[in-house]
Amino acid sequence: MSNMIVLPLIVPVITAILLVFLRDNVFLQRIISLLTLSFVAFISVILLLEIQKQGVMRIDFSGWAPPFGILFVADSFAMLLVLVANIVAAICLLYAFFTIGKSFEKMYFYPFVLLMVAGVNGSFLTGDVFNLFVCFEVMLLASYALISLGGEKVQLREALKYVLINIVASWIFLVALAFLYGTVGTLNMAHISVRVMELGADPLITTVALIFLIVFSLKAGLLLFFWLPGSYSAPPTAIAALFAALLTKVGIYALVRTFTLLFPNNTEVTHMILGIMAGLTIIAGCMGALAGRDVRTIASYNVLIGVGFIVAGLAIGTESALQGVTYYLMHDMVAKAMLFLAVGMMMYVTGETVIDKMSGLIRNYPLFGWLFFIVMCSLAGIPPLSGFLGKVLIGQGAIEGGNFVLLGLGFLSSLIVLYSLLRIFLSSFFGETIISLEDEKPLPKRMVLPLTLLAACTIALGIGAEWMAPYVTDAAETLYTPSIYIDAVLDGTTWQGEVNE
Amino acid sequence: MKINDVILRTVTKTVVFIILTLGIYLFFAGHHAPGGGFIGGLVLASGIVLLYLAYDIETVHKGMPFDFKKVAALGVLLATGTAIGSLFFDAPFLTQTHSYINVPIFGKMGFSTVTIFEAGVALTVVGVVVTIILSISEDE
Repeated sequence: MSNMIVLPLIVPVITAILLVFLRDNVFLQRIISLLTLSFVAFISVILLLEIQKQGVMRIDFSGWAPPFGILFVADSFAMLLVLVANIVAAICLLYAFFTIGKSFEKMYFYPFVLLMVAGVNGSFLTGDVFNLFVCFEVMLLASYALISLGGEKVQLREALKYVLINIVASWIFLVALAFLYGTVGTLNMAHISVRVMELGADPLITTVALIFLIVFSLKAGLLLFFWLPGSYSAPPTAIAALFAALLTKVGIYALVRTFTLLFPNNTEVTHMILGIMAGLTIIAGCMGALAGRDVRTIASYNVLIGVGFIVAGLAIGTESALQGVTYYLMHDMVAKAMLFLAVGMMMYVTGETVIDKMSGLIRNYPLFGWLFFIVMCSLAGIPPLSGFLGKVLIGQGAIEGGNFVLLGLGFLSSLIVLYSLLRIFLSSFFGETIISLEDEKPLPKRMVLPLTLLAACTIALGIGAEWMAPYVTDAAETLYTPSIYIDAVLDGTTWQGEVNE
Repeated sequence: MKINDVILRTVTKTVVFIILTLGIYLFFAGHHAPGGGFIGGLVLASGIVLLYLAYDIETVHKGMPFDFKKVAALGVLLATGTAIGSLFFDAPFLTQTHSYINVPIFGKMGFSTVTIFEAGVALTVVGVVVTIILSISEDE
């Protein structure tokens, strides 16, 4: 028992509520929200170290033992994601301090961000599949508010689409949960895994698994991503960056958990479909990124390529591919936040969104130009930046597993990512400057600071990969061998009970 | 044209007390029987909404000068407060406790921290429901 595991959920919730009472004191709101996220990041480091010592940890709420109660389970995979998510969220908040404006800050911007982060953390940590639904909803409700905050016409249009699609997805999620509970009679994820294994490759279970696949694909933007590019380009930069960094990752996390822990039996069907969907997502994302002329559109389609690539790793499913998935998920959070912040800053300094209308930015803002160069290299997977190792490991897994189609698609997509961003770089950063010195909008250092911090993160993730290796290896091992997770939750003694026929 | 709502107002004056009493009854009944914070909160909120319907917003606001958003926030704070309370006693998160105390006149009574948690739930429901109804009504 360690109550610390629940802190990443409950601390942001409580501070979010406290901030409601501090509505008019914007300065205090900023300080408290930043401190909260830093505190959660700190806690997750401690937990990560603790997990290496004593294995997967859990906390049974009110002491109700699994499989009867709700519990949080902390393994290396979840904690690494919590850690990176909170660091990225803190940096995005730093950007929001200087750009979002008083009207947002007084309309409960910080409480919503904290509640969203609480939902994200809860989704990563929960060991109960219904609780996963609840945490998803906490995250989504906060994101509904964030996407429509400001109330511009385009925002409301996109918010309506976003809310509707997510409500439908949540409804399917509930239906899937009902089917699952009706079939195996439990909601505890470890216990579901045990019972599903007892049942074997049952067609009913495979159907339920596929319904879960639809739900999480909608949330992660895997193939069913039609809502994503619009929704992610509507809100202000800081919010769009938070969305791009966190929300789809939670969907991917749920996919990874579902198809490594819950439904490991019928992999010929489920993982094949995952692979096909991942491949199609990569292709569609590449087409969108190549065709886009608007910087935000290109950035949004880059999110999709990332999603496709990570799920391809999951579909391959070997241990090294899962290591790659872990690395790449962490990298993608940092790099996508960075890309969206960079794109937002381009729009801020030029007032334009179409790449052809910007030119020569690097002459006016050299530091910003080079930071964009780093994002580009990081996303394309150029060593020593963070994208490299994830790509290598997923590629290695693909070769081991003989998935050469996904291998080819994955690496071709890196080239397309590079090309699509290089296009922005060449047309908007290089060339003759069109902003004269008099018209040049000053780009304050404090606005560039968050981007610099994220650049430092991606370099640190890349160079510090060796240092991260034990944690990532442990994460992938737990994912690859579900029995480690199950034993930790059910105390090694598989709870014997009759499966409802 | 002003609608003649004498009947509605007169009925409301008495009915609101019945609704609020029922709400509080349901809230306390919830410990051992059907009821509880959520349902009690909903009933309480419906009483308050009835007041808003029968009278105008200003009049009700004079009697109940609360910002219902803050009522909801206070509720969540109470509920999460009892949840993390257990952390300070080295018990698992969300653990609740109860005991029996001899109270003069009433005799032996059970007191439980769950009641505080449920009060938080009730306040949240009241705050959220009234906020939703008020924001819809502001929209002309």
